Amino acid sequence: MENRSFHEDDNKDLAQTTIGKKEKYSFWGEVWKRLRRHKIAVAGGIVVIILYIAVIFAGFLSPYHPNRTFRQHFYHPPTRIQFTDEDGSLTRPYIYGTESVGWGQYEIVEDEKYEIKFIHRGDPHTVGPLTTNLQFFGVEGYDQPLFLLGSDGYGRDLFTRLLYGGRVSMFIGFIAIFISTSIGMMVGGISGYYGGWTDEILMRIAEVIMSIPGFYLLLALAAVMPIDMPSQMRFFFIITILAFRGWAGMARVIRGMVLSAKNEEYVQAARAIGASDKRIIIKHVLPVTTTYVIVSATVAVPGYIILESGLSFIGLGIQEPAASWGNMLSAAMNVTAITGFPWMLIPGFMIFIACLSYNLLGDGLRDALDPKSTIR
Amino acid sequence: MKTYVIRRILYAIPLLLAISLFSFLIMQLSPGDYLDQLRMNPDISRQVLDTMERDFGLDRSVPEQYALWLGQVLRGNLGRSFTYRVPVTHVIGSRVRNTLILSFAAMVLAWGVSIPVGIYSATNKYTLGDNIFTSLAFVGLSIPNFFFALLLLYMIVTFNLNWPIQGMTSITHDMMAPVEQVIDILRHLAVPALVLGTASMAGLTRQMRGQMIDAMTSDYVRTARSKGLMERVVVYKHALRNAINPMITIFGFQISALLGGAALTEIVTGWPGLGTLMLNAVRSKDLYLAMAGLMLGSLLLIIGNLIADVLLAVSDPRIRYN
Repeated sequence: MENRSFHEDDNKDLAQTTIGKKEKYSFWGEVWKRLRRHKIAVAGGIVVIILYIAVIFAGFLSPYHPNRTFRQHFYHPPTRIQFTDEDGSLTRPYIYGTESVGWGQYEIVEDEKYEIKFIHRGDPHTVGPLTTNLQFFGVEGYDQPLFLLGSDGYGRDLFTRLLYGGRVSMFIGFIAIFISTSIGMMVGGISGYYGGWTDEILMRIAEVIMSIPGFYLLLALAAVMPIDMPSQMRFFFIITILAFRGWAGMARVIRGMVLSAKNEEYVQAARAIGASDKRIIIKHVLPVTTTYVIVSATVAVPGYIILESGLSFIGLGIQEPAASWGNMLSAAMNVTAITGFPWMLIPGFMIFIACLSYNLLGDGLRDALDPKSTIR
Repeated sequence: MKTYVIRRILYAIPLLLAISLFSFLIMQLSPGDYLDQLRMNPDISRQVLDTMERDFGLDRSVPEQYALWLGQVLRGNLGRSFTYRVPVTHVIGSRVRNTLILSFAAMVLAWGVSIPVGIYSATNKYTLGDNIFTSLAFVGLSIPNFFFALLLLYMIVTFNLNWPIQGMTSITHDMMAPVEQVIDILRHLAVPALVLGTASMAGLTRQMRGQMIDAMTSDYVRTARSKGLMERVVVYKHALRNAINPMITIFGFQISALLGGAALTEIVTGWPGLGTLMLNAVRSKDLYLAMAGLMLGSLLLIIGNLIADVLLAVSDPRIRYN
């Protein structure tokens, strides 16, 4: 007995070393190589990663708490940071004090100087499990605010809110796509594999959802939320409705792929050796769809980001005082705000940058994962 | 072909029924009803409220309400709007028309630009022009409609252009001559149509370019070239005809995207279409108005898909529906 097991192990080792020698090829290695050649896609990916890091560490990177208001400094233009003193020689960066001289009009007070501190103690914020008041930069005290990108109508720092709002905008899309993709794969897999009545019912439901114009459906669903719903609940509710709307299209395509895959020989073989349906669907059939799923999920994220901002923009999504790029932009919806305080448009640029980077990344991924794709 | 169309239309009936049931359930999920707002108003007497409640059937159970509504709809009565105090049909007709005008204008703009640009990009692959168009397409793909609309408004205001930016007609519209009225509407149409058009332009251009490249590298194009045909004939007679087919399928999806995108564009530019109406109806819990909006939107979508399928069969003799 002992002798035999020794032999088996030996064989396994031998087999593995031969495989190791022959098979230097790995699918994902190849994909990575192809993706890396796509410079623009890599750039897009890097921007996406930077955005996620920035919004995750929003508390550390931003100078204030997102709801801190400076009532004397509403609609304040971006603060100009001074690097030279009166003689023109370089100093540590500082800002001048400003004084309101009219509605949204400010004048610099030359004799008030506020030095910008790096790694200093400011408003408390939470990073993961720990709460700290350490901030990357800011000025001491709250007499003169430092507005990197200006302030809004309540005197809140736009830069701070941009980072906190990005949390909502960047993560809603990401989580919603993850959920709708999972449901889509599950429904599509079951529907395609079992066929018959199951298929019929699931696909009819998908068809109903797909036959209602997407944004109208979102409007109706978003109206289900009570006005006084806390913003965290709203966040999850919006994810739910986005995912609810999104799974149908994915399920349809997956079903088609499963239909063609389930008659392949390896699936028949798996069935012949008595694998369970669950195992066959998860281990043998669904992996066929991996590349499609990854590409379409990446390409779909910008759409979800835009939908969330759209809902928040018209006031049905994330509500004040919580920030999201959409509801920040809605403050710029009237002509006076746009012309007098053009920095209020910055959240829109953030949505644009996030979507652009995701699109570029998705395009590169598609080329790398599916060299036959028609869109070049 | 005829039987196919008839079958599709028959098939749309249960689909619409399912959509109506589904939408009704969603509308019922939303907390409170329109009467809640009226109840807060001390000027409205208890009696008026009770009659309203009875008239709209709001005191009955949800299945009963649905049956009531459905029965009315089948008789061509979409119910009364709570907020406008008129039958829904009075309000919604012009809104649907306006949305169709806007979507149609955007579509003409998008297809009119993206087909030629796609052909140019494919026949001049990787040249400066192609690269510029590709970059522009990515920008167009990534910019949210409502933000683009805001940017246009910003530009119009800062450069002091004398261009209307809100609504569909000027204040003096009623005093204008018929020709002037049309021009007035067209001027108002420009901004929302441009916003909506560019949104679909980007995707269409990319698709057209891809399809065209595929067609240009196929065997029949090589054969045509080797016969010594002029490049113009090769591109327009051989490659283009084959590249355009898949685009017709996209036409169907386009309608969905247009309707969805139109809602936000309408809201930002104040275009009085179905999207603006839906938003108001949903906000004020105007049940029957919102239902009518959802149903008409879905109807437009289903018709759009049918048109796309029929067009595909007409343009591609290989496709037969039986």
